[in-house]
Amino acid sequence: MEQQNPQANISPTESHLDAGRTPSPAATALQREHAEWAVEVVDALDETTIIVPREHIAAACSFLKSAPGLEFNFLSDICGFDRGPEEEPRFEVNYHLFSTTKHHRVRLKVLLDEQDPHVPSVTGVWRTANWHERETFDLFGVIFDGHPDLRRILLPDDWQGHALRKDFPLRGYEPYSLE
Amino acid sequence: MSTVANIPPQFEIVDQPLDTQMTISMGPQHPSTHGVLRLELVLDGEMVVKATPDIGYLHTGMEKLFEYRKYQQGIVITDRMDYLNPLGNNLAYVMAVEKLLQLEIPERAQTIRVLFCELQRIASHLVWLGTHALDIGAMTVFFYTFREREKILNLIEAASGGRLTPSYFRIGGLMMDVPAGFERRVQQFLNDFPQAVKEFHTLVSGNRIFQKRTQGIGYISAEDAIDWGLSGPCLRGCGVNVDVRRTNPYSGYETYDFEVPLEQDCDVWARYMVRMREMTESHRIVTQALARLRPGPVKADAPKVVLPDREAMKTHMDALIHHFLIVAEGFDVPAGEVYHQIEASKGELGVYVKSIGGPKPARVHFRGPSFVNLSALPHIAQGEMIADVVAIIGSLDIVLGEIDR
Repeated sequence: MEQQNPQANISPTESHLDAGRTPSPAATALQREHAEWAVEVVDALDETTIIVPREHIAAACSFLKSAPGLEFNFLSDICGFDRGPEEEPRFEVNYHLFSTTKHHRVRLKVLLDEQDPHVPSVTGVWRTANWHERETFDLFGVIFDGHPDLRRILLPDDWQGHALRKDFPLRGYEPYSLE
Repeated sequence: MSTVANIPPQFEIVDQPLDTQMTISMGPQHPSTHGVLRLELVLDGEMVVKATPDIGYLHTGMEKLFEYRKYQQGIVITDRMDYLNPLGNNLAYVMAVEKLLQLEIPERAQTIRVLFCELQRIASHLVWLGTHALDIGAMTVFFYTFREREKILNLIEAASGGRLTPSYFRIGGLMMDVPAGFERRVQQFLNDFPQAVKEFHTLVSGNRIFQKRTQGIGYISAEDAIDWGLSGPCLRGCGVNVDVRRTNPYSGYETYDFEVPLEQDCDVWARYMVRMREMTESHRIVTQALARLRPGPVKADAPKVVLPDREAMKTHMDALIHHFLIVAEGFDVPAGEVYHQIEASKGELGVYVKSIGGPKPARVHFRGPSFVNLSALPHIAQGEMIADVVAIIGSLDIVLGEIDR
């Protein structure tokens, strides 16, 4: 007997993210309230990406956290990306937001130049940003201004360079020694 | 003051706090840190003034390695992150890549994935239960939980050939179908498991020492838990009803009937109870998945991505060519970025995959639930006794392979 379950064959490509369906409530609200905070909104693969100028990232996060109907009170993740030394802007920092009440998600993206990889810290908005930002600093060299304790977290304190940058060789420059 | 009469005054017990604070280093070779975690504890007597986790001892640059490996080779790396929940890691990674490729997964493959993920969740919780009780001083539980876990590992081994590093889920489906007689073996496990859970409850839940060591210890309020990004059983132990299987269902979880256990006490005991009840719920899901298994393909119909069957390779030229190309050159993944999250045994496991085209990812990032849960430890451990720090670490259920990556 073939079991007929209409929902059982849902493919992973069909997302259930409310925020993923256009128009995304987060993007519309952000553009309505502060148009200059959302430079560009990309809807792809059922996920919404909002590109935010770096000087507004903390304010945008704090707005999305407290705005009624959005309530992005949970910071899932922060991760960096290096487009490569020849690209400009070189670095991306992605903020993945989630709402524990509305269950929707959104991604904020900040683009940074190689010469000036500074971005305001969002540790004041969510305390969980602390370790995520330390990790991004450690591996990419992105500096989070206003972070309470910006130290390396995974690599040793005396490590030279930032390991996840594209111009950092896979096996490092030289064997690491504790001496 | 002592009640015994003739004690010389210099030996009298005086209840006086120490004026000085002491800093001690706990770990990285400490059995109850579950790996190579080092804690820098500032103590006032036995009270923790400040706890600072020091991680990175197990850092092996896995995220860097992804960028130098083809997409399908990355699956092997995911096994080694949260090594107690390798199938969950496999699932998060392959689903992220499948999302980039827009692949449709056959129903049988999805059901088997759910079945194995829930078995793996039980196995992961069993290791947690055994070690958590061991940390607190109950040694016996460990033997009982590992006996049950062995049965699950045998099932995983039967299907994938590996016990701890199965790499069973592949991009587009499964490595291969489950072997003959597999359903009967799962059924055997399902029949025995409720009795085992009863045993655990008798051994641990009813144990007054365990209760005293866990109730009211390691308190974190629901607001703080959300603020610190706790997820999984740690968050549900604070009464916050968030389970990715419910909030953002994947792999057909929305069609299964199960409860999301919640506890309101916000302490070590609450997190313990959530995990104990989750094992029963996982048992329910496995039962449903097993009943739902119907014959069918376990690989997506995408010959350029999914490896062909061995038999087809011997008879079909194009299958042989596809096999050669996938293995030798890999497959192109269209440019794009995804963040896919699943409910792993420890919480929200998120995978960020960015592709700029080509056979290798430009960036793979894992949001390990243990990483985030551990980051809240300084907040939770502050003001607790040093002996309770061990109980708190156990209740966070961390795996350093995932934290250090």
